[in-house]
Amino acid sequence: MTAEDIKATVSRLSEEVAARNQDIDNLALIGIQRRGVPLAQRIARELGKGSVPVPVGSIDITLYRDDLQLVAETPLVRGSNINFDINGKTVVLVDDVIFTGRTVRAALTELLDFGRPQRVQLLVLIDRGHRELPIQPDFVGRFVKTKRDDLVDIYLEEVDGKDEVVLTRKG
Amino acid sequence: MALQHLLGIAELTREEILTILEQAKRFREVLDRPIPIVPALRGKTIVNLFFEPSTRTITSFTLAASRLSAQCLNFAVSASSAKKGESLLDTVENILAMRVDGVVVRHSLAGVPHFLARRVNCFVVNAGDGCHEHPTQALLDNFTLLERFGSLEGKRVLIVGDIAHSRVARSNIICLNKLGAKVAVCAPPTLLPVGVEHLGCEVFFRLDKILYEVDVVHMLRLQVERMGAGLIPSLREYRQFYGLTRERLSKLKPEVVIIHPGPVNWGVEMDYDVKEMPQTLILNQVKNGVAVRMAVLFLLAAGRGLLTEEAGSG
Repeated sequence: MTAEDIKATVSRLSEEVAARNQDIDNLALIGIQRRGVPLAQRIARELGKGSVPVPVGSIDITLYRDDLQLVAETPLVRGSNINFDINGKTVVLVDDVIFTGRTVRAALTELLDFGRPQRVQLLVLIDRGHRELPIQPDFVGRFVKTKRDDLVDIYLEEVDGKDEVVLTRKG
Repeated sequence: MALQHLLGIAELTREEILTILEQAKRFREVLDRPIPIVPALRGKTIVNLFFEPSTRTITSFTLAASRLSAQCLNFAVSASSAKKGESLLDTVENILAMRVDGVVVRHSLAGVPHFLARRVNCFVVNAGDGCHEHPTQALLDNFTLLERFGSLEGKRVLIVGDIAHSRVARSNIICLNKLGAKVAVCAPPTLLPVGVEHLGCEVFFRLDKILYEVDVVHMLRLQVERMGAGLIPSLREYRQFYGLTRERLSKLKPEVVIIHPGPVNWGVEMDYDVKEMPQTLILNQVKNGVAVRMAVLFLLAAGRGLLTEEAGSG
């Protein structure tokens, strides 16, 4: 995907979120560290045009991972930042890519330690399949058919200095 | 690189110290959450082996382990077979046979944590060994100072009191130097170890000569239980010459920070008035202690290294 593709996709996703959630005052976006956070901020900007700003938080699932024992080195914790009350809100969790579903599982567990939202929806830029848990996003930028060991690299301006999605086939 | 144990500040590089303190910031945020518990060390077991009395350190380590969802076993020496003559290594081997992942040890003899680290197959954290080191106390002290100042580069830190018996002072001098602070110590000659200046600090015998010029005053507890007789003439005289009294408070720099590792002998090393001053960060130190110990336990128990990028599972 090019920068233009990403821009158009974020715009369409924002419209879908707005259409599904008429009560925008009750909406909050929470990006999963790292690239889910700038995506959440972009969507919040689109949603905020001509209406109330939508609060944006970030969540770091490192301390909630179910595979710490499988990781050779200790991952560094980036920290979560949710400085608003999520009780009773509709929270849209935002991530760049969904693969096995384990990151989202961890994010949901962590989110519920911050409070009790009325409902949680999931938005991803890319769904590359290969789910290991029964988790499906509500909003998808693009489905990409991949093999399990393919690489999907997502670059975002705020983190990487450019907007691009690159699929690298293995074998 | 991989940090396998935390035995002393001397073994850590400046980068390792900063990594631990940076991670501690994240755990400080966890402590402020509605539910201040994360599942990071679920299934891990950590043993607190305290061969010396302790209240806040053992509580802090226990709380840190609990906040990370680890199981924590507190081994109190007064109720143990060590009282029946069991050797240190026997005690530890028996506990390790129960499958634990880490040992937090405090002992009156310097070097005990190093001795254990060479003989056990789990991580070891030094929670104070004799007059040698108390690394997590130094880390939490420096974390508290960094929280206030942002950087310690060039800050003047004065450590006052019983330097000779203080593992806190030793670890702090090393840590502060590694973080770029200028360290001075002040004590009666009888409470200063020979060659303390080689650790990297200026030495003063008169408090009033230096006190009013420094950015941080670190008051140490007078460790009466470790002292032989005759090191100071009396507690009253000690207070007069080395105590942070009401009279001295008024002459300190306005932005000065006052810390103390606790427990405080009020009326000896500090007058009670100090407790009420906004510059006094003793309770911040206690809270930060849990976050720093969470960071240390997480880094040691959850993997085999410090500096790596997160590999998300998607």
